[in-house]
Amino acid sequence: MGYNGRRRVVLAANITAQAAGLHVGMAAATAQVLVPGLLIRPADPAADATALNRLALWVLRHYAPIAAADPPDGIVIDTTGTDHLHGSEAAMLFTMIERLEASGFAARAAIADTWGAAHALARYTDRPIQIVPPGSTVAAIAPLPIAALRLPPTMIAELRTLGFTRLTDLMVAPRAPLTLRFGPEVVRRLDQALGRVAEVIDPIRPAALIEVRRNFPEPIAAAETIARYIGKLVAQLCTMLEANGLGARHLDLICHRIDRRAQAVRVSTAMPTRDVKRLVRLLHDKIETIDPGFGIETLDLAATLAEPFNMKQHASTLVEDAVPDVSDLIDVLANRVGEHRVYRAEPVVTDVPERSVRRIPALTPETGATWPTQWPRPPRLLTPPELIETVALLPDHPPVSFTWRGIRRRVKRADGPERVFGEWWKRDAELAAVRDYFRVEDDSGERFWIFRAGDGQDSATGSHRWFLHGVFG
Amino acid sequence: MRSRSAIESLRAKIEKIEGRKPCPKSVLPFGIDKVDARLPGRGLARGSLHEIAGGGNGAIDGAAAALFTAGIAARTSGKVLWCITRPDLFEPALAQAGLHPDRVIYVEAGDDNIVLSCAEEGLRHGGFGAVVAEVARLSMTASRRLRLAAEGTNTIGIALRRWRRQSEAVDFGQPTAADTRWRVSIMPSEPLPVPGVGRHRWLVELIRARAGESTDFELEACDAAGRLALPADVVHGPAAVEGWRRGASA
Repeated sequence: MGYNGRRRVVLAANITAQAAGLHVGMAAATAQVLVPGLLIRPADPAADATALNRLALWVLRHYAPIAAADPPDGIVIDTTGTDHLHGSEAAMLFTMIERLEASGFAARAAIADTWGAAHALARYTDRPIQIVPPGSTVAAIAPLPIAALRLPPTMIAELRTLGFTRLTDLMVAPRAPLTLRFGPEVVRRLDQALGRVAEVIDPIRPAALIEVRRNFPEPIAAAETIARYIGKLVAQLCTMLEANGLGARHLDLICHRIDRRAQAVRVSTAMPTRDVKRLVRLLHDKIETIDPGFGIETLDLAATLAEPFNMKQHASTLVEDAVPDVSDLIDVLANRVGEHRVYRAEPVVTDVPERSVRRIPALTPETGATWPTQWPRPPRLLTPPELIETVALLPDHPPVSFTWRGIRRRVKRADGPERVFGEWWKRDAELAAVRDYFRVEDDSGERFWIFRAGDGQDSATGSHRWFLHGVFG
Repeated sequence: MRSRSAIESLRAKIEKIEGRKPCPKSVLPFGIDKVDARLPGRGLARGSLHEIAGGGNGAIDGAAAALFTAGIAARTSGKVLWCITRPDLFEPALAQAGLHPDRVIYVEAGDDNIVLSCAEEGLRHGGFGAVVAEVARLSMTASRRLRLAAEGTNTIGIALRRWRRQSEAVDFGQPTAADTRWRVSIMPSEPLPVPGVGRHRWLVELIRARAGESTDFELEACDAAGRLALPADVVHGPAAVEGWRRGASA
């Protein structure tokens, strides 16, 4: 609830309130009449702004090197050069929204070529996550209402009076009369949304950020030059990290080009480090993604996520060979293919084969746990299991023959059944579910892992159809 | 005798001209005399590249080839880097071939080129026991890059060849820079006196070996420590099996 001029109006309403018929801009008195016992909080713009800044810092630490608060209710992020760390743009938005929702924020996100387009799409479409492929911005934002254009409300009202309702109306309208009537603002905002005019994001910088910067009297563009200065900057940064007893987890390199655009590169490490060689190596791998344009005038290197990192003494033994450290290579690979794609497999205590493996980060401490070895498992597992046609005696014989992918195979030898019960203590649907696994070998010696859904007697335990789940070596 | 020493000195001279480091390559023996005797240096050379593919349907699923590879990797020391493109590898099976899950780091790459570049990084690093790259295409250039990356390290590089279609498997005949080239095909398992599937058996063909001859072996699949074995009827002749069978059924 806040003041608009002298009137008390609704400034924000949560989902329940919106369902009850409240909307932003409604007079406070009307709202109170509509919903008796309405809980009203006075607006606190200063606290909102600090909270938004805190959110922007969180985004900076975890997602992207260039992020800034976009008051009153948004955060603008330049995702260039960072989505590789999260798998893809969609995966990145999805996790971001999920984590925001977990902490009580209702959030919507959009990725587009320009700040203006992303701003419009996030607020004026019905999908919570939206990604516009490069080059199709015009088609994506054309049907949106003109309110999406970041113009003052009075100007929007006037435009509506003149018959402009959607952005497509503005796109085809002659520009000179518009500028004459409303000043340069309308056309500028439209051009910004369409990417005809550059718009610079002023990235948020926390107070205690460890950062080094290098200005060049002459803009640089050659890869070798960039590489040389990266080396110098990293060395400086590592000295500062050492003085603070910190190690970098995220390192952001922002290249400010002379056309005022910024190119950002982020590399991350699995463990805090301040090894100059290693960090230089990670950044060098990313040089090819930097587009220097007409030249770079400032290089800005910051450790946006740093963790305490102290020296450790390694006890050497005379007998054992030192275990080679592979963490540097893990970082190189993780920055190349994505963090979640470099992994180790960890056993999960369960009988259901497809749930028995969990991916864990490659540098998780070793536990020594492994899978039980008495039951043979195939090296290739089909997901999902493929339906096969069988000739089999019920209830507990392996099939005599089966047809998989159009080829009929006669079973010569078989082992089983290995009965797997559904995890009824975790999933209600599996209360009675049963699978009977057989290892079968056909005439030519090919070995397969097949199962029957159900125990062969009671139809409540499964459909009694047969599936092929894996191929043995 | 004289001619042999002449050949040795010629070899040394050629190696010198080729500019290779004269480091004596260590090898990883299979522990089976019959197999090791046919390999130059009596084992798989460390710091080099080896090619393994499946035969028949194994060219597509690569199941036996993966276990054969896991057995080799299990007998090395240190971590193992396993680069894949298709996520159908079932890790518990590798553990049963002796490769402990703590030792394997998987890299799921988008395509063959990324797999090759990741494997090259892994080989060049030198801290791994083995680096496995599951690829379909392996050109002469790519294989030479892998071989050069492995040179001077103690890592065994393995290109696990696996194709999408049977018709693409003819690619396996193309020359590469690999030291040895293996084809692992499945065979009917060890016969048991009772109904059931015995220890798995493979036909392991050594198709090409640098400075060696090609040959093939009938072997029993990896045990829990990654060791292969000769089938009992080959070691002691068919009579031994018959005797055991009579004893078991009596």
